[in-house]
Amino acid sequence: MSLTIGVPRETFAGEKRVATVPEVVEKLLKLGFKVCVETGAGDAANFSDEAYRAAGATVAGSAAEVYAAADAVFKVRPPTAAEVAQLREGATFIGFVWPAQNPELMQQLAARKATVLAIDSLPRQLSRAQKMDALTSMAGVSGYRAIIEAAHAFGRPFNGQVTAAGKIPPAKVFIAGAGVAGLAAIGAAANLGAIVRANDTRAEVADQVVSLGGEFVKVDYEEEGSGGGGYAKVMSEGFQQAQRAMYAQQAREVDIIVTTALIPGKPAPRLITAEMVQTMKPGSVIVDMAAEQGGNCELTVPGEAVVRHGVTIVGYTDLASRLARQSSTLYSNNLLRLTEELCKAKDGKLVVDMDDDAIRGLTVIKDGAVTWPPPPLKQAAAPAAKPAAAAATAPAKKSSHGHGGGGEPASATGLAITFGIGALLFWLVGAYAPAEFLGHFTVFVLACFIGYMVVWNVTPSLHTPLMSVTNAISSIIAVGALVQVAPPLNGTAGDAAASGRPDALILGLAVTALVLTAINMFGGFAVTRRMLAMFRK
Amino acid sequence: MLTANLATVAYLGAAILFVLSLGGLSHPETARRGNLYGIVGMTLAVLATVLGPRVTAAGLPWIIGSLAVGGAIGLYAARKVQMTQMPELVALMHSLVGLAACLVGFASYVDTSIVLEGAAKTIHHVEIYLGILIGAVTFSGSVVAFGKLSGKIGGKPLLLPARHWINLAMLVAVIFIAVRYLAAPTAAEGMTPLLIMTAIALLFGIHMVMAIGGADMPVVVSMLNSYSGWAAAATGFMLGNDLLIVTGALVGSSGAILSYIMCRAMNRQFLSVIAGGFGTGGGAPAAAGAAAGPQGEVQAVSAVETAEMLRGAKQVIIVPGYGMAVAQAQHTVFEITKLLREKGVNVRFGIHPVAGRMPGHMNVLLAEAKVPYDIVLEMDEINDDFPDTDVAMVIGANDIVNPAAEDDPTSPIAGMPVLQVWKAKTSIVMKRSMASGYAGVDNPLFFKDNNRMLFGDAKKMLDEVLAALKN
Repeated sequence: MSLTIGVPRETFAGEKRVATVPEVVEKLLKLGFKVCVETGAGDAANFSDEAYRAAGATVAGSAAEVYAAADAVFKVRPPTAAEVAQLREGATFIGFVWPAQNPELMQQLAARKATVLAIDSLPRQLSRAQKMDALTSMAGVSGYRAIIEAAHAFGRPFNGQVTAAGKIPPAKVFIAGAGVAGLAAIGAAANLGAIVRANDTRAEVADQVVSLGGEFVKVDYEEEGSGGGGYAKVMSEGFQQAQRAMYAQQAREVDIIVTTALIPGKPAPRLITAEMVQTMKPGSVIVDMAAEQGGNCELTVPGEAVVRHGVTIVGYTDLASRLARQSSTLYSNNLLRLTEELCKAKDGKLVVDMDDDAIRGLTVIKDGAVTWPPPPLKQAAAPAAKPAAAAATAPAKKSSHGHGGGGEPASATGLAITFGIGALLFWLVGAYAPAEFLGHFTVFVLACFIGYMVVWNVTPSLHTPLMSVTNAISSIIAVGALVQVAPPLNGTAGDAAASGRPDALILGLAVTALVLTAINMFGGFAVTRRMLAMFRK
Repeated sequence: MLTANLATVAYLGAAILFVLSLGGLSHPETARRGNLYGIVGMTLAVLATVLGPRVTAAGLPWIIGSLAVGGAIGLYAARKVQMTQMPELVALMHSLVGLAACLVGFASYVDTSIVLEGAAKTIHHVEIYLGILIGAVTFSGSVVAFGKLSGKIGGKPLLLPARHWINLAMLVAVIFIAVRYLAAPTAAEGMTPLLIMTAIALLFGIHMVMAIGGADMPVVVSMLNSYSGWAAAATGFMLGNDLLIVTGALVGSSGAILSYIMCRAMNRQFLSVIAGGFGTGGGAPAAAGAAAGPQGEVQAVSAVETAEMLRGAKQVIIVPGYGMAVAQAQHTVFEITKLLREKGVNVRFGIHPVAGRMPGHMNVLLAEAKVPYDIVLEMDEINDDFPDTDVAMVIGANDIVNPAAEDDPTSPIAGMPVLQVWKAKTSIVMKRSMASGYAGVDNPLFFKDNNRMLFGDAKKMLDEVLAALKN
């Protein structure tokens, strides 16, 4: 008997997202589940009840009905106490939970004997987990929206123009923190035509910033800021001082600041002080994406856009929700991938495999027992060490596969043996062969060496033409056939006839050989020509 | 009529032109001129011979007739052949050279007008013997290779139980017969051993190539190329003609170098390729490797999703293999490449030396599809770029992108240099099914987290990708 997945309407004020979209409903049904959606759940994200029905879901009239029917509940926001109370005993809950921030909620859920998978607790460093990473997908949408909010509040276009009515300077945008949201913001701002700068304590993201069209601004201080799991760590005092100086300078120069700095489990770092805001040009905009965790800017009011010292400070905490249709689709895809992992048998049942690193990390409550925080991942420390090891092995490999001359020089003994055998062969030839043969032999050996030298210079892409041209050239055997076609002219002709030279047989053999080599000769050169004509820049 | 000296000088000129012809192939720009040098050289050599002292007017009609017939057939074949059939054509042409060398050898043997004594006679007879031997092996081997390449004979290696002993017995027999043959006082008496040896050589050629599997074909084709050169050189010794010797040596060493490059690209010994059968010596470790082989699930994607990934990428490397040639997908590949490059995606090609069935096979196919050669790179040139690549698309290749060659010392292909597609952010492997490659080795690449599988016929799938990209 297959489980029913319940999708209630989000009750948090201003939340427009929905945990499952009609497209995903179809895929969940294919996995063997039934899906029950609360009426109006998708309205704010432009998904109608009809669309859900068409996809095969049942639409329930109230949240209570959904909770009553659901063996598993998919949600976006953490559940309220009232919602937890409606959850069926032993049911599964999947959504954002933030177990560190919501200890009471955890207890309530545990009391319901629920199994809770907190999508925010996913071990993000597992590349396998990327498809389920809702934090990343939501951050990407939010970063884009942050730039749109900034553009909306800013009194100028982002791209520079020279018009008949005067020059429009391009907007200068500074992004603090180049995580997923920061990078999305960099891309969006660059695409609007702004000059984009960005900074992050993790030096390794500099390339990503540049690849999206931004300029990486360094803090003039040496310290590595990678804190594991793709987050930054708290930096030293010296570094913070240098960083503040850099931010102060950027604040004076740029028109827009977007801050995305978050440290897990801690309040957001204060990057932009009130003094810095004062030094900004009037009409400038700050979008503080860390508003929910207290804000990167001192003057941020979470959930609101305020004007301080002539600067608009946007502290919206629902940036992803403001693009509800897209963020709902992404989020429900993340949940679908998770469900696929939980339901490998495609039989409409959920199996929580605590031996699976990704699932273990997600599962914060198992059958009423709190399993959060998870044990540290075994391979968590590996990524930093790997590149160094790879770099060390690479040059060693290179030398053995290197293209060119004859590979590694032979060992001294091997060389001596080769020369010894060569010398012996040459001595044998010299001792017993007649002079005429020696002449040909000389030519042969030298030609081999010329061939060796010349062919090593042939570029590998032309190996096929090389084969066809050498093949054509080897029809030089025709010369041998040619001289056999007619009986020899010299004075011994009469004698030869007397000694019974089988002229007809030789002629037959020679003519056949000639036809064969002619095929080769003409065909080989023609096909080489045809091939080479195709090689073009 | 040219004197003997003038003919010799003309031969020297032809030899120089042949060297220049091979030298020209160092770059696509100069290659066309190189081919022209070859044609001029060949014309010079043939004219010098025909007009030279050793050809009489009586022979001219025969010569012109056979050149016209052969030339017409050759030109027709060159025009009609499909670029995917190049390996077959090359193999077939090798067989012609081999057969011609045999015929010239026999003609020379029965020609009693050449009167030699003592060591010179023995050497002449040895030269004939060798010429025919190499010619016959080249002929039968190339015919079998042609059969395998064109699918008329199954690609699987034919492994007779005691094949090494059979080969050895044949070799001993050839040497034994040589003694009998050299002892024969007249041509008539020497003919029987010569014919027996030819039969053995033909069998040897067949047996040798039958034992070699499909993916080792690049080695076989270049080896036969080399043999055809040695056959020409042996004929040159036999007839005392330096031009034949020089040309034969050039072709022979060229083929030998190609074989060497191919073997090194597979990290295999030349002898073990020729001895045939993959991993016959390493059966046990191979089984152990399979037991500890890659586990997990592959992630299949659709053509539309592939198109999405390509569209979103900045750096794309396409790794073609024999599957692309089989499916004749090179034109679609180029269409996709063109479209993506117009959108600003940097698309390049990574070519493994043994991709396909002939050295340089993939380059010719891509050139045919008008892919500019400066975006078609060798393995060594492009391997370091994979970490910066967004999508690496593998089309019909398997063993040449197998990470086990680097990671798993027990793998039968351990140590073989491979294209490191798994270092790209995402790799997409286009394949007909999950069947393992020629080497019979599982490919852990398929199970990597950043790998996606696009199942289906390469041509059909690529057409769908192209259609999706156009929308």
